[in-house]
Amino acid sequence: MELQINDKTITVAAEPELPLLWVLRDLLGMTGTKFGCGVALCGACTVLVDGQALRSCVLPVGQAAGKKITTIEGIGATPQGAALQGAWQQINVPQCGYCQAGQIMSAAALLQTKPNPSDADIDAAMSGNICRCGTYLRIRTAIKQAANHEGQTK
Amino acid sequence: MSAVADEFTAPSTLSRREFLQRLQAMGGLLLVADGLRIVKAADAAPKYGADGMPHGTVDNPLVFLTIGDDGWVTIVVHRSEMGQGVRTGMPLIVADELEADWTRVRVQQAPADEEKYGNQDTDGSRSTRHFLDPMRRCGAAARMMLEQAAAQSWNVPVTEVHAANHEVLHQKTGRKLSYAMLAKRAAKLPVPGANALRLKTAEEFRYVGKGGVPLVDGHDIVTGQAQYGIDPWFKDMSFAVIARSPVLGGTVKQFDANAAAAAPGVQKVLQMPAPVAKATFHPLAGVAVIANSTGAAIAARKLLKIEWDDGANGSYDSDAYHASLQESARKPGKVVRESGNVDSAFQSAAKSVEAEYYIPHIAHATMEPPCGVARIIGGKVEVWAPTQAPQVTREDVAKHLGTPAENVTIHVTLLGGGFGRKSKPDFAIEAALLSQAMDGRPVKVTWTREDDLHHDFLHTVSVEYLKAGLGADGKVGAWLHRSVAPSLATIFAPNTDHEVGAELGMGFINMPYDIPNLRLENPAAAAHCRIGWFRSVSNIPHAFAVQSFVSELAASAGKDHRDYLLELIGPARKIDPNSMQDHWNHGESPQRYPVDTGRLRHVVETVTQEAGWGKPLARGRGLGLAAHYSFLSYTAAVVEVDIDEQGRIVVPRVDVAFDCGPQVNPERIRSQLEGAVIMGLSLAMFGEITFKKGRSQQDNFHQYRVTRMNEAPADIRVHLIPAPDWTVPLGGVGEPGVPPIAPALCNAVYAATGKRIRRLPIKDQARRAT
Repeated sequence: MELQINDKTITVAAEPELPLLWVLRDLLGMTGTKFGCGVALCGACTVLVDGQALRSCVLPVGQAAGKKITTIEGIGATPQGAALQGAWQQINVPQCGYCQAGQIMSAAALLQTKPNPSDADIDAAMSGNICRCGTYLRIRTAIKQAANHEGQTK
Repeated sequence: MSAVADEFTAPSTLSRREFLQRLQAMGGLLLVADGLRIVKAADAAPKYGADGMPHGTVDNPLVFLTIGDDGWVTIVVHRSEMGQGVRTGMPLIVADELEADWTRVRVQQAPADEEKYGNQDTDGSRSTRHFLDPMRRCGAAARMMLEQAAAQSWNVPVTEVHAANHEVLHQKTGRKLSYAMLAKRAAKLPVPGANALRLKTAEEFRYVGKGGVPLVDGHDIVTGQAQYGIDPWFKDMSFAVIARSPVLGGTVKQFDANAAAAAPGVQKVLQMPAPVAKATFHPLAGVAVIANSTGAAIAARKLLKIEWDDGANGSYDSDAYHASLQESARKPGKVVRESGNVDSAFQSAAKSVEAEYYIPHIAHATMEPPCGVARIIGGKVEVWAPTQAPQVTREDVAKHLGTPAENVTIHVTLLGGGFGRKSKPDFAIEAALLSQAMDGRPVKVTWTREDDLHHDFLHTVSVEYLKAGLGADGKVGAWLHRSVAPSLATIFAPNTDHEVGAELGMGFINMPYDIPNLRLENPAAAAHCRIGWFRSVSNIPHAFAVQSFVSELAASAGKDHRDYLLELIGPARKIDPNSMQDHWNHGESPQRYPVDTGRLRHVVETVTQEAGWGKPLARGRGLGLAAHYSFLSYTAAVVEVDIDEQGRIVVPRVDVAFDCGPQVNPERIRSQLEGAVIMGLSLAMFGEITFKKGRSQQDNFHQYRVTRMNEAPADIRVHLIPAPDWTVPLGGVGEPGVPPIAPALCNAVYAATGKRIRRLPIKDQARRAT
């Protein structure tokens, strides 16, 4: 089947029921998207599908075919993604860093719909993403900084 | 010597007493820290700190750094990065002494090789504590070699040259030579001995103690390029999951793999080796499914039909076990510390207060579950693993594959969280065994979240009973504390039935309060699941109980909690841990690291002042305090709660005061404490693994809840206490932030509602009676 991943067309042989996560990680070797729970409870595997943040661990790849898939490896090409990645580094958000790909993907989807999110917006968009190291405060700060940066450069 | 706990691999029938005798009989042996690895000292004199760890330290710059023709300095990090910032902090020390320009420094991760690099166990909050000095010597020696090389090439006395910012200057003539130009000549010079080194003064530090250095892996992490243990990928690789015995010690009676083997993508189904009597780090019994993707393996695993023999732990029930711990805690147990006459002091007390606390098993739930990759080419084994214990991983993989350790290379990846779980390399051994079964083909084994929560090396479970006799003035005249919990030593010696020194010394036996009559007891407890060390280990139950109880006593005496705590700590003094029967002291010298009650007082005073202790609060709000000494550092926390009519707890703010002595990378110290607040809140609010019929009852994050963004405090304020100078020995950082959080939170709930929480997790216990 053909997949549109980070603006490239990629052909892959996969069972349509196989979750997109494993197509990315195991069949394509795109390991930036992480496995955390397998049942859409932790957000580590978040990708954008037609701009919407989805948990790739429960998304059958067949349902993603023909749609625009963006992963952590490609999100830097969007203004929101680049601003978030910059803010994340300036604020030294990560500890172990494992969940941060998913955090950034959820945050990117948030900024695409709400360029200046409130704390409540951030809670709503980000509470599906677990960080066991506990970097939530810095994630919140980084999202706000990225939003401001976005606002200034527009 | 073999670094693993081989000394513990005595027959499993060894009683605790024999076990202790055996230890004592090996005079000169030290039970080091929580790693339970044993060092045989050459003489009877005890060895402390890094010297007491297997393979000690190495400070040879030729081992730890290279300077390329292009001027790039490559610094080797031999400890594992799991979020604590060691891949930034350790090279920063070397670079500073080297006078290197940080923007021209690369970091390279060492493979497992303790003979070469010194001890690599990343646990016990001791990487920086043990390696600050060796890393300084590394950098300083290299700097002096570069200066020597420059002096030789200019034919001037070395006293006339000076290294600064990646080059050496000759002051008189203004000549300069870059490190790149000097590196080859410098590398041929003898390495100056430790006594000949000129270390920087604190004023000369460029990076150490400053905190302006970005994370080494920051860019890779945010762009998805960082390599964790779950990430190595080869085109011909296979992907495995394993159905493991749901009960510790259980075995596969029989299994039917027909349906699984026929499922899409499946390459092989095979039985894992049977377990041994001691859990150690051995893989559990089970059946592995190997497929062309992890998703295919997970789907096929569901089709396995396995009949288990549960073995002796098949009746483990955490409710019944809780009751048995309570029973033990209510009767006298083994006395581990006693002073004065506690019984007569209770008789003469104006009143007595008692309370019992319960802290359940908790799981690490690292966001990256246990995982590993292995391949074997021509008898050479390569393993990529997110391991906190590289050397143990190497030796255990070698042992299980029946090959010498020289044939095994362990590539240490980034760890997607560690918290103590990844000190036990069972996952790496599984990967190696499966690669062997696939004729050396690369195999990645991934634990699903269910696997992780069902088969963790869990934090112990504990009942803590406390009783205090108060005088008419409210002061504590008598103190009895019984701590009863299965020991983590049971994974090495299953019949261990008391807490070992490394557990007693975590805030129980070494409680530094000014109490004339006290007795501490440790009744026996057996283990029925794998007990492991979880970030801050036994400090969690000990601090929860003691710090909750102090709040109860203050309330009973009608006094302010802070004032009462300070009075209990007593005047500033330095206590020899030995005088408290703590002969462990985190493996550190009792002279160098006494318990300093002045520093404990200071963090309490600082945090209460910063948090506005005593300020007027709206209805439903409350402040809770707790302080705890652990890993040679002093921590105090004030948690503020806001509890609504339904009893829903919101934590708007947490203040933490922290004294770890000198601070190498204050920015990462802050981040560790911020994280410790969240982890402490998680375990206090939600953390519990329960057992029925020997089986863990929690499957995933819906049943094993952890704190999320919407539940995290909006404000965490970390107040770092500056050290007077760099002669103060370093304390730990990664762990000591955790223990005070749960009791401070529960004390805040009491302040807000009058409700005492004596059993964790809190869940809905703050719900108001209607």
